[in-house]
Amino acid sequence: MNINLDVELVEKETTMHLLLSGEIDAYTAPKLKEQLLPLTKRTGMELLVDLEKVNYMDSTGLGVFISALKSSKEYDSKLKLVHLQDRVRRLFEITSLDSIITIESTVRGGN
Amino acid sequence: MEQFDFVEIKVPAKPEYVGVVRLSVSGVANRMGFSYEDIEDLKVAISEAMTNATTHAYEESDGGEVTIGFGLYENRLEVMVADHGGSFDLAKVKEGIGPYRQSESIEDLREGGFGLFLINALMDKVEIKNEYGVIVLMTKYLHTNEVGLDDDQISATQ
Repeated sequence: MNINLDVELVEKETTMHLLLSGEIDAYTAPKLKEQLLPLTKRTGMELLVDLEKVNYMDSTGLGVFISALKSSKEYDSKLKLVHLQDRVRRLFEITSLDSIITIESTVRGGN
Repeated sequence: MEQFDFVEIKVPAKPEYVGVVRLSVSGVANRMGFSYEDIEDLKVAISEAMTNATTHAYEESDGGEVTIGFGLYENRLEVMVADHGGSFDLAKVKEGIGPYRQSESIEDLREGGFGLFLINALMDKVEIKNEYGVIVLMTKYLHTNEVGLDDDQISATQ
């Protein structure tokens, strides 16, 4: 069981894949924000945040993605969350944040 | 008097311990027979309360402790999260609670404030006391497979 968060960046021409694995909470969220925000400031780039291996997230994670969304609007880049586990997706639904943050429709079950 | 087991954990009011408490609640809830979904709800709710408690303590910069109490009853789990730091303005906190509304512009979107909203959404009963520090008392009922008298299924099968 991993209660930390690992972050890996894979860059292609106009797309950046940020692969997260672990848990997003009050301890790991600040570190994630620090790595995520600079990437949203690259105008014209698309940032895909892959949450397939994120098995826990709470409101601190929502906060990080809200700041990332704001920043991507400001710098004219694109932010997309992909491969969310059902539990993580549910938090975006309960808070209605799924109406403003782009979440890829492919649903994958939790592991 | 109603029989129950009580488990108490005291941790430093630091974000590092939010995950530790989350593992503890997961263990307690698992032992009680909660479903996977309910355990995940409990983990989020207790983490949110812990996050709030560590944030208060941090703001007060007194490096305090957070006490977590679990009351294990036959039909429910009661969780108490108490920080002994300074109190906060509850009315002010309540103003900021709720889901995202379409009328809000993205620029105005708050980055925090979903914590208490989620606790309310995921637990069956929530009480917040703000006397000596902040105490959040949360209850989650064990749902068994038996159909209760007040269960919706009864009216649905008529």
